Amino acid sequence: MPLSAEEIRKLQAKAQQLRCDMVDVTVWAGGAHIGGSLSMADVLTALYYHYLEVRPEEPDWPERDRFVLSKGHGGLGLSCVLADKGYFDKELLKEFNHFKSPFGMHLDGNKVRGVDASTGSLGHGLSMALGMSMGARFQKQAWRTYCMLGDGECDEGSVWEAAMAASHFKADTLTAFVDRNHMMIDGLTEDIMSLEPLAEKWTAFGWQVREVDGHDFAQIGEAIEGAQATQGAPTVIICQTVKGKGVDFMEAQVKWHYGSIDSELAAKAKASIMAGGNAGGAAAPATGGAS
Amino acid sequence: MTEVTGTTWNVYDANTLTQAEIYGRVLCDLAEADPRIVALTADLAKSTKIGVFQDKFPQRVFNVGIAEQNLFGVAAGMAKSGLLPFVSTMSAFASMRALEQVRTDICYQNLDVKIIATHGGVSFGQAGTTHHCTEDIAIQRSLANMTLIVPADGWETANAVRAAVKHPGPVYIRLGRGFEPTHYENEDYGFELGKAVTISEGTDITVIACGVAVYHAAEAAKLLKDQDGISVRVLDVHTIKPIDEDAILKAVLETRRILCVEEHNVIGGLGSAVADVIAASGKGCAFAKSGLPDCYSEVGYPEDLYSHYCIDGDGIVGLVRELLHREFEADEDWEDEF
Repeated sequence: MPLSAEEIRKLQAKAQQLRCDMVDVTVWAGGAHIGGSLSMADVLTALYYHYLEVRPEEPDWPERDRFVLSKGHGGLGLSCVLADKGYFDKELLKEFNHFKSPFGMHLDGNKVRGVDASTGSLGHGLSMALGMSMGARFQKQAWRTYCMLGDGECDEGSVWEAAMAASHFKADTLTAFVDRNHMMIDGLTEDIMSLEPLAEKWTAFGWQVREVDGHDFAQIGEAIEGAQATQGAPTVIICQTVKGKGVDFMEAQVKWHYGSIDSELAAKAKASIMAGGNAGGAAAPATGGAS
Repeated sequence: MTEVTGTTWNVYDANTLTQAEIYGRVLCDLAEADPRIVALTADLAKSTKIGVFQDKFPQRVFNVGIAEQNLFGVAAGMAKSGLLPFVSTMSAFASMRALEQVRTDICYQNLDVKIIATHGGVSFGQAGTTHHCTEDIAIQRSLANMTLIVPADGWETANAVRAAVKHPGPVYIRLGRGFEPTHYENEDYGFELGKAVTISEGTDITVIACGVAVYHAAEAAKLLKDQDGISVRVLDVHTIKPIDEDAILKAVLETRRILCVEEHNVIGGLGSAVADVIAASGKGCAFAKSGLPDCYSEVGYPEDLYSHYCIDGDGIVGLVRELLHREFEADEDWEDEF
């Protein structure tokens, strides 16, 4: 059922709050992957606050839906979501990146409740998500598996090994997202290593492809529901996003892939997020523009 | 063909089947009782001999094509979902092509994935260096959480596979290509994970071996006894990690001369693992390692390569004779300290 206007309004408000949490944790951590966490924040919000069947009080509930953060450097974003969902005390995030903290930049599933796979090295998550999806089918379980890929991550050959296998095995309970923010550490994806035509690549690998504005909850919701209804093939949802989305001085800036902020800058960042209101989507730049 | 010998059900004949074929049959046996067991491979179902499993449980075999990174990633995901994946491919690919998936997806997460690495060492002789693997023991033993077994023959392979099912966490079982001689007569010789098997007692020197070198070490010990009157202890250290420190230290104490033999680079393998134990003990002994002398392997029949690299009986005999005359410094009171 499509998201109602009221549901969308609540998700937008939740995403605003989560973005502010990410800013706070970035201060506490002394630096974090804020750009790519902000860009995927709306998709994570849609999943964890509407679509995923999970039990924060029972993180290992066998029948839960799985979520694999293949772009593991988004650990900042995911940990803020999991804390807010009640998997663990939000106060713990004050230790993010600190000595012996369970929370590093890339989350360890054996240390952080609610993390379905330890990730960080790119190109690993989609294979693991496929294994989970195949495991569900083999055991006649109904859970669904979702996987968030970075766009730069799609340079990795192992992503395409997994993509080929997922369609071969008709893994229709597997849904991948590509956080298409068009940026990677060294610059624009199309300058460093061209991904386009990205949708056609996934189509050629046998996937159902949907392209959405990754900051528009109505579009995100419709695509997830479309994926849930698709049989015989996995679905990839290519989410056009803006790196640093919501913080005016970070948006579409390559340099905010990883950054440090002090409390003064954090206040400006949060003011910007709150001023953004419920404006919803903004298409990403297809090329150029970032410093 | 099912028969009972001693306490174990034997579902094969190790004298007529390769190690990998035995793996397939034992896995069938185990899978009857454990519905979690699935088998994965990457276009090597035939070469790694899981065909018998495929015939019996076609729905439980997953062939991902020639894509080893995906192979191990999928296995990790399956283990995460409650299955018990057995992954078979050649050791070169399990240890090098897909190393990061083995390390990060499987070992770091401490998942119940069992890796059957075939064609270890130079056992694929004429295929050459690309299809040899003389680095995997060094690689795998450096992975935290990994248990590493190098069975001597088919019977020990069966024991290793059964032990792997019972042992939680990742296990790497290194096999040959399948034409290696058989040392044991059946499964019932007291195999225990992490415990060396004493093949022969001896007091003059200890030969510590794994894999195919166990057979050759046993042959060498017989020859040395008959021809030279040398009393050679032979240990089958099938579990490289965790290694049997007690058996090694006992050998140092009682024979004071240690020769390690393996189908592997002399750097980082069984010999290095044994040397770690001895060095930490602070005891001096005469010590030598036999294997590939930090080089890439030659092409040839495996038996010619074993001879070339002194892994065979004649090679071991020569090394033992040499090591018996090597000087070393021993503590005067070291026996008190053990």
